[in-house]
Amino acid sequence: MSFITVSNLWKEYGGQVVLENLNLEVQQGEFCTLVGASGCGKSTFLKMLLGQETQSRGELLLEGKPFPGEPDRNRGIVFQRYSVFPHLTVRQNVLMGLELEQKPRLGKLFGSARRAALEKVDAMLVSVGLEGSADKWPHELSGGMQQRLAIAQSLIMRPRVVLLDEPFGALDPGIRKDMHDLLLKLWRETGTTIFMVTHDLKEGFYLGTRLLVFDKVRHDPHDPQAFGATITYDLPIARADSKLFEDIKDSVAQTARHQAA
Amino acid sequence: MRLINRHPGRVTTTLLGLLPFLLIMLVYSLASQERLADNPNDKLLPGLEQMTAAVDRMAFQEDRRSGDYLMWQDTTASLKRLGLGMAIAASLALVVGILNGVLPLVRSNLAPLVSALSMVPPLAILPILFIVFGLGELSKVMLIVIGTAPIMMRDVAQRVRELPGEQLIKIQTLGANSWQVITRMALPQVLPRLIDAVRLSLGPAWLFLIAAEAIASTEGLGYRIFLVRRYLAMDVILPYVIWITVLAIIIDQCLRLANRRLFPWYNAGGH
Repeated sequence: MSFITVSNLWKEYGGQVVLENLNLEVQQGEFCTLVGASGCGKSTFLKMLLGQETQSRGELLLEGKPFPGEPDRNRGIVFQRYSVFPHLTVRQNVLMGLELEQKPRLGKLFGSARRAALEKVDAMLVSVGLEGSADKWPHELSGGMQQRLAIAQSLIMRPRVVLLDEPFGALDPGIRKDMHDLLLKLWRETGTTIFMVTHDLKEGFYLGTRLLVFDKVRHDPHDPQAFGATITYDLPIARADSKLFEDIKDSVAQTARHQAA
Repeated sequence: MRLINRHPGRVTTTLLGLLPFLLIMLVYSLASQERLADNPNDKLLPGLEQMTAAVDRMAFQEDRRSGDYLMWQDTTASLKRLGLGMAIAASLALVVGILNGVLPLVRSNLAPLVSALSMVPPLAILPILFIVFGLGELSKVMLIVIGTAPIMMRDVAQRVRELPGEQLIKIQTLGANSWQVITRMALPQVLPRLIDAVRLSLGPAWLFLIAAEAIASTEGLGYRIFLVRRYLAMDVILPYVIWITVLAIIIDQCLRLANRRLFPWYNAGGH
């Protein structure tokens, strides 16, 4: 049995079809990147994995059981922005999850339990390269450092699935490269399953183990919303070549133009 | 250079800011002198001398009848009512506002009521308060509470809802239950905003306080002003008004500083 099973999944908002007939099997430990034009349902699919949205039809299974209908501690998320808490320092931000888990009422740790948790936190901060900023406020950090913090905050919970919604979309290209290295390192260390939505096809093509391209196959010029997107390419990254990269790039760009028209 | 691009320096800013105050004082003292020259017993525009004499009488000499220092007695009475009223209103605003902001079920249930209540003109229900709670302290405190709490409730709920949706999802993925979402995410981020809301509500609170004191009271700043009005005692009224203004400024600045001290992340643009 696969870790995650998606079968005949549809998502509609009123008359607007976002996703049609999605079928997918993902094994534990895979690093899937989701690419496609805006409005092709990548983020919607991610939201369904997160429990923020539910499908209109079809099945979405985690180890054979339906996905829980609300976010939980087994599925970590990193958004493009706003996913750290501005009122907590870097260290407190990472500590938060451990505190919430161990103290359901108080939500705070004290004494030796806190010290033990802080050791974990500090180790996590070292592995994302934030050990020097432990006592800073998030607003004192650069965009890239804030994303490192958001990643650390999620990964300390050892979630079974990590969802990344355009996590590096707002960062400078140079910093993106560092973030890719960091993400790959953490993925290898933790062996968690990752889904990453990205606008940047190149990023999707070289990061991770599997590329999922969301695109529209059918297109009605008079009613752009009539047909939804589905997964048009599902490739293991190692076999990808540059000709294919160009093909996908053209196809995605064409859909984007249709959407805009 | 365009007018919109001309910025005054530090000294100029201070001088420009002081100028209107000095002008008002100048105009007043000229008018006062003129009237006093005509009639040394004029009550309408008392000079500095008469006002200091009045302050000395009210604040630094025992009242001949009761043996109290009236101005201090009035001040503590008023500040007690104001403080109690604002404390109750702020606590109510915090509880109702957060529940309204965080829990959709409570919001559907309470938000329309809060909106309706905030539209009721508080002074219109002052008679009801006097009837229900009597003429004692309670009705005055209640007027402040009823006058300021609903607006602060709406404000707090609005602030909670303005927190980025990403945060709410994030804390759930960290395993938070609803209670923890309130205590670890909403409450700490809304506290500095509550202090801002209290600062804004202090103006209306003074208004309600003085109105209530004017109608039924035996001490208090508002009571005194309305009492001495019968004798046209502008020499008492004017210093009292200035004193109330000074108190309001001090309270406002204390709250501003407390906000800065207590929530360093808030004022450094961390929200």
